[in-house]
Amino acid sequence: MKDFILPDADFGTPARRSDRTVTLTIDGFEVTVPEGTSVMRAAAELGIEIPKLCATDSVEPIGSCRLCLVEIEGRRGTPASCTTPVAPGMKVHTQTPKIARMRRGVMELYISDHPLDCLTCSANGDCQLQDMAGAVGLRDVRYTPGANHFETRQNGEANPRYIEKDASNPYFTYDPAKCIACYRCVRACEEVQGTFALTVEGRGFEARISTGASDFLSSDCVSCGACVQACPTATLQEKSVIEMGTPDRAVVTTCAYCGVGCNFRAEMKGDQLVRMVPSKDGKANRGHSCVKGRFAYGYATHPDRILNPMIRDSIHDPWREVTWEEAFEFTARKFRGIQEKHGVRAIGGITSSRCTNEETFLVQKLIRQVFGNNNVDTCARVCHSPTGYGLKTTLGTSAGTQDFDSVEHADVVLIIGANPTDGHPVFASRLKKRLRQGAQLIVADPRRIDLVRGPHVRAAHHLPLRPGTNVALLTAMAHVIVTEGLTDDDFIRERCEMDAYQDWAGFVAEDRHSPEATEALTGVPAEEVRKAARLYATGGNAAIYYGLGVTEHSQGSTTVMAIANLAMATGNIGRPGVGVNPLRGQNNVQGSCDMGSFPHELPGYRHVHDAEVRGMYEKLWNVTISDEPGLRIPNMLDAAVHGTFKGIYIQGEDILQSDPDTKHVASGLAAMECVVVHDLFLNETANYAHVFLPGSTFLEKDGTFTNAERRINRVRRVMAPLNGFADWEVTQHLANAMGAGWSYAHPSEIMAEIAATTPTFAGVSYGLLDREGSVQWPCNDAAPTGTPVMHEGGFVRGKGLFVVTDYVPTDERTGPRYPLLLTTGRILSQYNVGAQTRRTQNSIWHDEDRLEIHPHDAETRGIAEGDWVRLASRSGETTLRATLSDRVSPGVVYTTFHHPETQANVVTSDFSDWATNCPEYKVTAVQVALSNGPSEWQKTYSERARAARRILPAAE
Amino acid sequence: MTPEKLTYMANQIATAFARQPEDAAVTAIADHIDAFWDPRMRAQLIELAEAGAPDLSPRVAHAARRIRRPEAA
Ligand code: SF4
Ligand code: SF4
Ligand code: SF4
Ligand code: FES
Repeated sequence: MKDFILPDADFGTPARRSDRTVTLTIDGFEVTVPEGTSVMRAAAELGIEIPKLCATDSVEPIGSCRLCLVEIEGRRGTPASCTTPVAPGMKVHTQTPKIARMRRGVMELYISDHPLDCLTCSANGDCQLQDMAGAVGLRDVRYTPGANHFETRQNGEANPRYIEKDASNPYFTYDPAKCIACYRCVRACEEVQGTFALTVEGRGFEARISTGASDFLSSDCVSCGACVQACPTATLQEKSVIEMGTPDRAVVTTCAYCGVGCNFRAEMKGDQLVRMVPSKDGKANRGHSCVKGRFAYGYATHPDRILNPMIRDSIHDPWREVTWEEAFEFTARKFRGIQEKHGVRAIGGITSSRCTNEETFLVQKLIRQVFGNNNVDTCARVCHSPTGYGLKTTLGTSAGTQDFDSVEHADVVLIIGANPTDGHPVFASRLKKRLRQGAQLIVADPRRIDLVRGPHVRAAHHLPLRPGTNVALLTAMAHVIVTEGLTDDDFIRERCEMDAYQDWAGFVAEDRHSPEATEALTGVPAEEVRKAARLYATGGNAAIYYGLGVTEHSQGSTTVMAIANLAMATGNIGRPGVGVNPLRGQNNVQGSCDMGSFPHELPGYRHVHDAEVRGMYEKLWNVTISDEPGLRIPNMLDAAVHGTFKGIYIQGEDILQSDPDTKHVASGLAAMECVVVHDLFLNETANYAHVFLPGSTFLEKDGTFTNAERRINRVRRVMAPLNGFADWEVTQHLANAMGAGWSYAHPSEIMAEIAATTPTFAGVSYGLLDREGSVQWPCNDAAPTGTPVMHEGGFVRGKGLFVVTDYVPTDERTGPRYPLLLTTGRILSQYNVGAQTRRTQNSIWHDEDRLEIHPHDAETRGIAEGDWVRLASRSGETTLRATLSDRVSPGVVYTTFHHPETQANVVTSDFSDWATNCPEYKVTAVQVALSNGPSEWQKTYSERARAARRILPAAE
Repeated sequence: MTPEKLTYMANQIATAFARQPEDAAVTAIADHIDAFWDPRMRAQLIELAEAGAPDLSPRVAHAARRIRRPEAA
């Protein structure tokens, strides 16, 4: 960690947790630290920095460089302070003539095998070796260069020890000539990231860092950057720093990709972003990151970004660039015109889970106050709306119960329908760390995800269920828990509604729910289900983490309730280490739901039927708020086709690509008179738009994101919006063009309005967030610095409610024409529909979507690795290339949907969750056959897309 | 929305409450629809029920009599 320019203090060794403390004296100063702390860390807490090279506080110390020697009264020798734990009454001296001499000797040896090109080195001013040479007072090196690792030639011949720089990774380089063999990188890859991509080859002077492959790119490395972060020299270095030089200031902000919500230090030079470094103070990520947040920010300055507003009368016309005023005036006129002709309910809008809370709040306010209806929805509709319904019904609040730190206290972890190593990488790293410490893992997923079998991680049970049978599986687990007497009766009696519990217990105990009876449905061997259920119920603290493989089903809400039932029945809720944790897809899914993005709910999950809440907003906003629930996204499209819904404002979403049944979405959009797309790029939806309003990136605005743990993180502006306005300003201008008269000068004023009107946010302010870094809602008088664990004393709804979860098979059935089940997912390097990540060098890892098919199913169809195949369902067909893999069971195929050409959602069906209309992405009956190229739809689609994207040259 | 799709959605809700006794189920269906359905969808459902649409589950048809009458927009 090159912390010296922009210090983010390095304490040398990791913090220890202990109830007991130890008091000692260092250089005459007394200090008290938790038992188990190293002498080095104790000194650092006093502000005494002991020289070090091989120690850094992200990894365990190994005591190899011998630079951190100290003297301890009453002990012989000079122990390494990084590996010496504190003891009561210890008297430590960190600087004596003897130590100084020895340290200089150590440095001299290091420098004798290191090039002396500091002035032109990319780490100049940002190198710990350089700093340590200065710190120990190294003045000359007496050794003449003999055998070494840095000279390209020696004695007129090629130096056999010299290894060339590896620049294969798009974001960082590995220059072995500068390596000091401190192994910080190796330990970071193991301990922090958990990938074990790096090893040490050879011993002593011959020791080299190796990826076990020909270069970084072709190795197991997932480009998380932890090793780059840990490296004290220029050996592992960001390419951006090599190009731009060292940064001069840092701004703490939050990643705009996934729901983990990692905090980063955006390190800047003027208004240029030099690099993003994960913040150690980040409470979600604790100093770690993944390739997306750390490196994939290049889309922010990609030439595809549209920077000027554009309008057109018909989607068959080319776009015309106009001034902002003209675009707002045009939109306002169209929207008001539609309302005059077709009624106030004929328009609506969609908020974005990628935008800030403040921006989302404004969009729903625009719709409720200015449009005068409740036709607001958000893309959470297509991912986590069942979480909202299911958790609210059972526990009383629409959110996960824990913080991410909680996983450090879990003994058993059950993962259902989520693939954390790809979808939520930093959480996965934290989970793997806990698993390596001995926690047990159960994975319920149709596919053998990486966590099932990885380096130093083995799932105790993998339950490879048939897509669409989650409810049957979870009910079978409940059956085992109830019939084998593994329930936590005290917890249930004290905390839950007894009548409902007894009804539920009687239901799950029925024979037809036993693992044996449901094996034929789920395809999971009964014995495995029994063992997994027993482990979950009796293995200690048990935590459930789930993802879209749970929610995106016709029984999504039911599955969420089945999960809550399991947690309540075993008493695994209301303390650290347990709980029910939805892993949210996009960065601000939680926040967009909190902010009143659903058509039936005002901010804070309060129903529009609630006259008191409406009254409060009515007084504040000076309008009448409709008490009628509005249209949900799929309903909006239906209503559009039906002719009663004519205009829509879409902020930061690409519904044409992300929503199911592409053709239906397309015909809905095509039937509207005014589609307004507010985004960074001309996305797929924009092909059907009449107004395009350029958006801004997270680097260009202030605001907050709320991650999957309910954590409200600050987003800070580090550069001016290239398009001229932050997204909240665009919404404000549009509202004002329609007569709203808003006058927010800064997002903090919007947050003040949120806090004043939403009880769970009552204590939140930018001042508090600056002080605390972040807080988890509820944050109010009762919990002034937020709530890490929910439902501690009792459930938010009062008593926990068990809900009977009858398995209802989806109507999306396989048959002779469509014998296979398609399920969909994500990959690490790409994000959602890929609009951002495809515009970065991340595409080097995933340049197309592929169809995973079991070798057996491939063989019977004559399909070989890499063949083009036709993927057809009852809704439509597309083509993509196949890859053979036994990660999927026979009968199941799998693909990602990061690339628009794939058009995977042409294939997905129109079925949806019974309670929330969340589409059933995770199950589609399909057939797969060899093909020789793109489908008709793909061809005509790309032609139409090209035509729809034409922009007229600006008028002379 | 096509009547088929609306019918399908309403019947799906009925299925979710299928295990409850008649009266509780009808109330649950009506409450769910009141809470989540936009007025034009409710109007269409009431219309279908009143016309005696044969594919509507009997409980939905029953619930349709209890759901909130939407005012014209
Ligand atoms: S970037 Fe991450 S995965 Fe790759 S070698 Fe470094 S620590 Fe390991
Ligand atoms: S690459 Fe860097 S972190 Fe790894 S051993 Fe070499 S100097 Fe140390
Ligand atoms: S994408 Fe997710 S895990 Fe990766 S850095 Fe961003 S918030 Fe963290
Ligand atoms: S820092 Fe302690 S031995 Fe290297």
